[in-house]
Amino acid sequence: MRPHDFGIHPPLFYDLSRLANTMLNSSLKQLSALLAAKKISSVELTGEFLKRVKALNPDYNAFITVDEKMSLAQAQAADAMIASGQARPLTGIPIAQKDIFCTKGWLTTCGSKMLSNFVSPYDAGVIERFNAVGAVNIGKTNMDEFAMGSSNETSFYGPVKNPWDITAVPGGSSGGSACAVAARMAPAATGTDTGGSIRQPAALCGISGIKPTYGLVSRYGMIAFASSLDQGGPMAKSAEDLALMLNVMAGFDTRDSTSLQRASEDYARDLAKPLQGLRIGLPKEYFVEGMSADVARAVEAAIGEYRKLGAETVEVSLPNTKLSIPVYYVLAPAEASSNLSRFDGVRYGHRAPEYIDLNDMYQKSRAQGFGAEVKRRILIGTYVLSHGYYDAYYIQAQKLRRLIAQDFAAAFAQCDIIMGPTTPTTAFALGEKSGNPVQMYLSDTYTIATNLAGLPGMSIPAGFGDNNRPVGLHIIGNYFAEAQMLNVAHQYQQVTDWHMRMPDKLTA
Amino acid sequence: MSLSLDDIKRVANLACIEVSETEAATALTQLSGIFGLIEQMQAVDTSAIEPMSHAQDVVQRLRDDTVTESDQRELFQSIAPKTEAGLYLVPKVIE
Repeated sequence: MRPHDFGIHPPLFYDLSRLANTMLNSSLKQLSALLAAKKISSVELTGEFLKRVKALNPDYNAFITVDEKMSLAQAQAADAMIASGQARPLTGIPIAQKDIFCTKGWLTTCGSKMLSNFVSPYDAGVIERFNAVGAVNIGKTNMDEFAMGSSNETSFYGPVKNPWDITAVPGGSSGGSACAVAARMAPAATGTDTGGSIRQPAALCGISGIKPTYGLVSRYGMIAFASSLDQGGPMAKSAEDLALMLNVMAGFDTRDSTSLQRASEDYARDLAKPLQGLRIGLPKEYFVEGMSADVARAVEAAIGEYRKLGAETVEVSLPNTKLSIPVYYVLAPAEASSNLSRFDGVRYGHRAPEYIDLNDMYQKSRAQGFGAEVKRRILIGTYVLSHGYYDAYYIQAQKLRRLIAQDFAAAFAQCDIIMGPTTPTTAFALGEKSGNPVQMYLSDTYTIATNLAGLPGMSIPAGFGDNNRPVGLHIIGNYFAEAQMLNVAHQYQQVTDWHMRMPDKLTA
Repeated sequence: MSLSLDDIKRVANLACIEVSETEAATALTQLSGIFGLIEQMQAVDTSAIEPMSHAQDVVQRLRDDTVTESDQRELFQSIAPKTEAGLYLVPKVIE
């Protein structure tokens, strides 16, 4: 199946004369080949994607910052690398960067008013790695404030819209990155995932995304939310693209104390492996309640495809699944309350214009700089860490975290890979859950456990629900099984075309 | 467990976040709902289980005690709210 076989027509409302519409759906490998063959320059490629961003972003709000000059300067440098035979994988390819990654000389807001004036003086480890291969930063993507949210509605910069339905949320917290890829404003993007923030928006926007094993991608310069759970990862159209992105992103970094020291690997090495004999574990707890009928149908159809590919299924049990959300909403806010204490209006970020003394300055700067959800989580975290409550909440949650991890260890004794739905429903409507934090939290019910266990998890498009909004298939691997997961996803993407679908209105 | 308005104000003070009466009342309702969810944890007997702080159970890596940073004071202070003569300015703490 070739990408341009999917009924794509040139758009009428802006000029895509150079960036042929087929290129919107090109893989990273295809774009690299065009650049290497000098069929197109990085300056041209970047310029065309920037045009698309300019045309679409006012409707979708996927980007907080776009800086044509800086992007094109990087593209020019990439073209020089290509001309001198120094090209590496992803050289000259425009990548959208989540606004949680500190990027030297770029406004880096983390979706917050607190950092609305923060031009980062340094690059995150992940940004350095993209710069080293000559990738082009096409802009900083919108996100839930400090990555706290599942709908992108907590952003100080306004909600992102779902490209499949402008009245629906894109998911969160990496909603801007998911939207940018789904609307083909960028060929690929970065995200971060603390409780599902790569996988849930990937599912809701119909793209692919992987959260690697905790410790594979450097957290240096990635603005911290819950340090024991935060992990960066790529978001793209296909598993193959994710593999190429992860090859750039993963690697040891001395500046991140939890970074894992491992030999580097090629995450694309196993893509072509047949799936004959693969044992897929289906956790019975994932298929009983809470999942809507249309999501269940799509997930079952996807598992049917895997059976045709030679995989077998086995029922497994993750008995402590229901504890994931309570445990997460102790650990994540506790760590957040500690991490976010650095925002005090002294060295950078928002400072209240008026105050009477130092304490008042802290109190007012933080009250003004943080939005409602962030304050809520800081209050929860401060409470569970406060004197007399630490053992009952934080330590109890850490103990349950071990039980949740042990569930997965037992399941992986019976299967190679675990599958289920990424989310209980397709994208919900803007405003539907924003007034009810508990309802919002429950939308991450399937993704949170992998963060608690530190396991890798991914979501790939697996069809559409009753309302024509995308459904994501959740793939959970054992520790360091990224290459295998990408293989499993890639084989499915060889026999299905869900990952190549684009919203009609964005192609015609 | 039930939260009171005083709990909210005490915690907000510890967290250095100014809250109005209205905000405290809203936070009380919302946090009570969230703690309703969290309380499910207490039903499990975990007396024999070790807490898990890191997914890989790794030990803290140490490095040599050597200087690795260069002086970037000017760059860092260029984004500060208020500085003077290379120092960060805050309201007077000691009279």
